[in-house]
Amino acid sequence: MALDLEQIRRVARLARITVNEAEARASAEQLNGVMDLIAQMQAVDTTGIAPMSHALDVVQRLRADVVSETDQRSAYQAIAPAVEAGLYLVPKVIE
Amino acid sequence: MIDASLATLAAALAAKQVSSLELTQAFLARIAALNGTFNAFVTVATEQALAEARAADARIAAGESGPLLGVPIAHKDIFCTQGLPTTCGSKMLANFVSPYDAHVVTQLRRAGAVMLGKCNMDEFAMGSSNETSFFGPVRNPWRQAAVPGGSSGGSAAAVAARMVPAATGTDTGGSIRQPAAFSGISGLKPTYGVCSRYGMVAFASSLDQAGPMARSAEDLATLLGAMAGFDPRDSTSLERPTENYARHFGQSLSGLRIGLPREYFSEGVDPAVASAVREAVRWFESQGARTIEVTLPNTQLSVPCYYVLAPAEASSNLSRFDGVRYGHRARQYDDLAAMYANSRAEGFGAEVKRRILIGTYVLSQGYYDAYYLQAQKLRRLVANDFAQAFTQCDLILGPTAPSTAFDLGSKNGDPVQMYLNDIFTIAVNLAGLPGMSIPCGFDTRGLPIGLQIIGNYFAESQMLAAAHAYQQATDWHQRTPTEVAL
Amino acid sequence: MSDWEVVIGLETHAQLATQSKIFSGASTAFGAAPNTQASAVDIALPGVLPVLNAQAVALAIRFGLAIGATVAPRSVFARKNYFYPDLPKGYQISQYELPVVQHGTLKIVTDAGEKTVRILRAHLEEDAGKSLHEGLPEGLSQSVSGIDLNRAGTPLLEIVTEPDLRSSAEAVAYARALHGLVRWIGICDGNMQEGSFRCDANVSVRKFGAPLGTRCEIKNLNSFRFMERAIEFEVRRQIECIEDGGTVVQETRLYDPDRDETRAMRSKEDAHDYRYFPDPDLLPLAISAEEIEQVRRAMPELPQAKRTRFETQYQLSSYDASMLTSSLEHAEYFEACVQAAKGEAKLCANWQNGELAAALNRANLDIAQSPVPAAALGGLVCRLVDGTLSSKLAKEVFEAMWLGEHGGLADAIIEAKGLRQISDQGAIEAMVDEVLAANADNVAQFRAGKEKAFNALVGQVMKRTKGKANPAQVNDLLRQKLNASA
Repeated sequence: MALDLEQIRRVARLARITVNEAEARASAEQLNGVMDLIAQMQAVDTTGIAPMSHALDVVQRLRADVVSETDQRSAYQAIAPAVEAGLYLVPKVIE
Repeated sequence: MIDASLATLAAALAAKQVSSLELTQAFLARIAALNGTFNAFVTVATEQALAEARAADARIAAGESGPLLGVPIAHKDIFCTQGLPTTCGSKMLANFVSPYDAHVVTQLRRAGAVMLGKCNMDEFAMGSSNETSFFGPVRNPWRQAAVPGGSSGGSAAAVAARMVPAATGTDTGGSIRQPAAFSGISGLKPTYGVCSRYGMVAFASSLDQAGPMARSAEDLATLLGAMAGFDPRDSTSLERPTENYARHFGQSLSGLRIGLPREYFSEGVDPAVASAVREAVRWFESQGARTIEVTLPNTQLSVPCYYVLAPAEASSNLSRFDGVRYGHRARQYDDLAAMYANSRAEGFGAEVKRRILIGTYVLSQGYYDAYYLQAQKLRRLVANDFAQAFTQCDLILGPTAPSTAFDLGSKNGDPVQMYLNDIFTIAVNLAGLPGMSIPCGFDTRGLPIGLQIIGNYFAESQMLAAAHAYQQATDWHQRTPTEVAL
Repeated sequence: MSDWEVVIGLETHAQLATQSKIFSGASTAFGAAPNTQASAVDIALPGVLPVLNAQAVALAIRFGLAIGATVAPRSVFARKNYFYPDLPKGYQISQYELPVVQHGTLKIVTDAGEKTVRILRAHLEEDAGKSLHEGLPEGLSQSVSGIDLNRAGTPLLEIVTEPDLRSSAEAVAYARALHGLVRWIGICDGNMQEGSFRCDANVSVRKFGAPLGTRCEIKNLNSFRFMERAIEFEVRRQIECIEDGGTVVQETRLYDPDRDETRAMRSKEDAHDYRYFPDPDLLPLAISAEEIEQVRRAMPELPQAKRTRFETQYQLSSYDASMLTSSLEHAEYFEACVQAAKGEAKLCANWQNGELAAALNRANLDIAQSPVPAAALGGLVCRLVDGTLSSKLAKEVFEAMWLGEHGGLADAIIEAKGLRQISDQGAIEAMVDEVLAANADNVAQFRAGKEKAFNALVGQVMKRTKGKANPAQVNDLLRQKLNASA
């Protein structure tokens, strides 16, 4: 299954990564090499095999409903690119 | 002292033959002399290390002792460290100073270890050569033209070059074991869930696991003892009693059943590697171990399986790097969408972007079943292979990597060639098993060869005991890299 | 319009009444300063991990039991991937393929009668933060939005119906019934202004008997009135669109209450591909039969069961019982009142549904805000039962209680105002005799067959006692004496 330029652009858009025309062309060959490697999986019959999402077969541990966190806003916002009045600033969100 | 084991250092510190401050200064001097060449450290925390050393000396003076109290170590730059940069080898986090410590960092801090700095790595741990780091490649202490392996290449090179006695690493598809093999040191990836992932920047969450990198199995046992342990902040952290990982040291190897996977001794393996590994196996046989040929039929397929699952998880894990709350934000953008896309395009390097694109693609509508779901099913088959093999044997031995360290730039153009280098390490992560690499010889160019030991779940102590026995009888792990003088 | 059938499904986000967030220990309290309740996990710092809140799970189970649904013994958390500044991780943790609650029902009542609405699923998920477009300082609001992540990570139960609703009235009836239920069982405070209970409606139209039409999702329905108007607008829009030869485009629309219309959301224009996959940071959620039993035991009596019990235990009409179980507060008020009234249930019901309901309605108050507490109303009922008060006097006492006079207690008011009914047979008889003697003309008229004259005599007795004589006794005595002397 080969990825064409349009698919690369679509995936890059989904992943929010700017890819210009030259980059898309340059990456196409390498991506398709990887996709060829991945395609080897298709030869295997996995009928009836349960998918494995986790390394170990254990179940979720639960946390007691206790407020354990205190306000760390100033420490967290000290590393933010743009803040004002305690808010993180971004270019205008359009709904 | 530069060349001493952790146990020797701890004993010398306890006996006040040397102070932590002196040790720390000696290793910092070593880093100052060598890091320009090898680029193993991204950040050297000189002031903080000296302060920690003084604090450790005070604790020792007060009568405290401990296997790591006052002992210098280093962290892979994937572990968040409060007040110090945590870059993950990326431009995205080049200026990121974490407001908190990773669990593993806290554990080692509590144990009194002195952190000298943060080690270079492949960007977001995505690589097998350390060439994808935004901060430049790390060079192999055995041959400057060669890579140290990756992604924990900085940790491996730093330990090999005696810039630090031991370091932390992380292993998602071989990132502790392969650089340990390439750099001639010992490294262990524990069973998934033994070390907390809290504060470890996530690459592929269901595969990532932290582990120790040091010169010997004995040192690994010491470091792992401090790193391991339950952490309620990580849902996948396991509640298990604390272990003394050296408790089986000295036990006889007689009757130990060693599985030799047919697929790990096939044509694709460099003859020097194959021969050194076979020689090591013969040593185990000489000690009374029995060898059994086992088969791991899905070894070949573990590579495509991994290169679907790891990028898929990574594509999602790396979505938080959007330039809103921390990390790189592009200077130029017209709107919100462009701010995201430009920040991420600028902040991530080529390999990271490639994996994000692959991961996004295999999860996208219409492709999920054929790629992601199929890979998850293959993962089950890979795990089943090991379960079957461990009904016949106690430990599995084989090469860590099909070759010794390759030269910088030699595999850059072809990601698939680079990925295939992980063929013997990936399956262990897919199954969640513990695996380790120890030095077992050198090729004709003098580059180290790694012997991989794979154990069943929670068999770390047994693996370390076998490795320790081997290291008592051999001196591969004590050799000094040719490119550095002691 | 009559040949069009309206098909509606509702998705409701109910904020679960927990102290802390679903995956972090930050507070869920409403109204804190921006980002002061956004923990490291909530702002998605690199390396942080989610751990599930046990109470969120317990509340979801409670809901499942309340709607007679299956509580899944094993459910899975997935990642829903999309970029939005109020979504710090770049994905929302939600349940996708295996939700915790599956297949329940909720009864609704409209003018058309009773109907059972099928609830397809209810799943646990985390809320996003808020993007603020107004109220930013210094004119920034022209070009930027501010992000407040206090709400990020608040636990939600998303409750999804089958497309069973056929009118805006049914949709509102369902939403009201659900709103009542979640408050009744204490899993959600139901505060719609604060966003604790939010509905999205999937609306489509079709000719009767035709397959389902294309649906539009309307968001931002934060009141029952808006829901009704938005659906009505949307139905008209879709029918007009089709009748004008157009086709309905599947899209997300936002209701604008100021203009009373729905409009397409611009940000949702490009088709989403959420790339759902199981969250590797969270393990499968296992719920045992024992845990379900535990929740069941702690479960408050449900409305339907309570209503039936009221009918049998208190011998109430089904009308009374349904009025008294219209909310948990009504039911609790009633039972407290009955207890204070020593079991006089019918009288309590009459007073609660009569005088009290009317007074609350006039004052626009909830029963929880009633100035007359249940125990006080019960005390009033006691005085009716023991003959201290006539119903007319009781109303007078109630008015004083409502105004809080004399501590709002019936006995104190009766005492202070001298409103005690005169039931002393001798005293009444003496007054009857006096009245008979003084009103010979009335007596004569009565004997001539004028029943009206009897009433005038009663009125005279009541006037002399300032209305406090027991009317029944007055009646009896008057008749006795008039008949006797005839």
